[in-house]
Amino acid sequence: MSGLDAELRVERDGFVLDARLVVPAHRVVALMGRNGAGKSTAVAAIAGLLPLDGGRVVVDGEVLEDVASGRVVPPERRPIGVVQQQSALFPHLTVAANVAFGLRTQGRSRSAARAEAHRLLTDAGLADLADRRPSAVSGGQAARVALVRTLARSPRLVLLDEPLAAIDAELRPALRDAIRAQLRAFAGSALLVTHDVRDAEALADEVVVIDRGRVLQQGSLASLRAAPAAPIVSRLLDGATD
Amino acid sequence: MSARRRRDPLARIPRAVLVPGAIAFLLLVGPLVALLARAPWAHLGDLLAGDTVLPALGLSLGTAAASTGCCVLLGVPLAVVLSGADGWPGPLRRLVRALVITPLVLPPVVGGIALLLLLGRTGLLGGPLFQATGVQIPFSTAAVVVAQTFVGLPFLVLGVEGALRGVDRRFAVAATTLGAGPWTRFVRVTLPLAAPGVAAGAVLAFARAIGEFGATVTFAGSLPKVTQTLPIAAYLALNSDPEAAIAISVVLMVVAVAVLVSLRDHWLQGIGR
Repeated sequence: MSGLDAELRVERDGFVLDARLVVPAHRVVALMGRNGAGKSTAVAAIAGLLPLDGGRVVVDGEVLEDVASGRVVPPERRPIGVVQQQSALFPHLTVAANVAFGLRTQGRSRSAARAEAHRLLTDAGLADLADRRPSAVSGGQAARVALVRTLARSPRLVLLDEPLAAIDAELRPALRDAIRAQLRAFAGSALLVTHDVRDAEALADEVVVIDRGRVLQQGSLASLRAAPAAPIVSRLLDGATD
Repeated sequence: MSARRRRDPLARIPRAVLVPGAIAFLLLVGPLVALLARAPWAHLGDLLAGDTVLPALGLSLGTAAASTGCCVLLGVPLAVVLSGADGWPGPLRRLVRALVITPLVLPPVVGGIALLLLLGRTGLLGGPLFQATGVQIPFSTAAVVVAQTFVGLPFLVLGVEGALRGVDRRFAVAATTLGAGPWTRFVRVTLPLAAPGVAAGAVLAFARAIGEFGATVTFAGSLPKVTQTLPIAAYLALNSDPEAAIAISVVLMVVAVAVLVSLRDHWLQGIGR
């Protein structure tokens, strides 16, 4: 099966994440839940930044982690990209060098990585920023650069952890459009963590709702709205939670 | 000032602290004033160019630069190990950290004696080394560098460890998920972001090395042109040639001021606020 198929069991400080998360190939699935529902834990576990206590992570048929067999692919060798909530551009590198960073680790030469970085920034309409430091770009621009940087490596799965949460509310609609365009040109699958239903409406094909570490419901936004499995699902989809 | 003080009652200080505070300040500043007042400015140049001072100055700058280099080359890796030691058992972590900072609180003479017992001709490591190769470290220029590195390393390790811990975790996450293994992550992300801390630690280690006296004189002696650094030359000159001693002291004070100036952004502002 292609896409993401993850059975995650993580126990940490009394919190238990016990969830199966599936992202079909070439789809964007929004992972929704309240603060503390386990969304960021799930992202860290899939990326390999947090060891599983049970279960497995499979991307496009490749087993990246399997507790039963003891197989673990370290995070830097997983075909998974991560965009963090704070865009986390390296402050000591220019925007172009940030984008080139992940190409260099793939073994490309400095000049080839730099040329590719400029091409990708131009495609994303961000060519003007190439030689700037991250401190000289806006939050929305930084979020778009971070996505360009992650997608440059052509991961098979990209995890977006609340990419819009740190952005001013009035700038979010335009940034959602930009991210949608970037994701549309991306060939892999995507898991978008959000607690804002507008992100899911604009970007996702499907929604999975988790609460207290467990999956409550998965399906299209319309189907979840039509038959919410729990009150928290309808509250989230009404945008009634923070 | 007084008008402002009246507006903020919490900024008023008890009068009783004024006199001892002033004495403390005079104690700090007075000796420096005396040194500058009595310095033989007229023939300072001749003194510094003389047979005692110039070789000692060259030796001090050379050995301090070498020991600072050793501190960086050895101390940065140790700081990396310590900054990643959160997973160690608590008692082990505390013991290692205590051992690392011991030279900070150890009398330098004790450090010199300890170095002799380790690296001396009959020492724990120095004995076998001498018997196997005939090489002996004590009372050589290398011994000066070893002594200075011993006393300077804690400054560098503590400074760099703090800087490494101060690097935001999200940059490590970004580097890792962009395909960087531990080495690439360290060289291309963590270390550049911690560079100001490395520089500050190196300046402190250099300052400590320039001023080193006790461990050096014990472990390396005071052979002119070989192990007689500026502080040792100043101490010995005080009896034979007091003006040379004062001249050397002025030079060391200039070095200290240069250190303060180079650290002003890093530390003094933080303390001043």
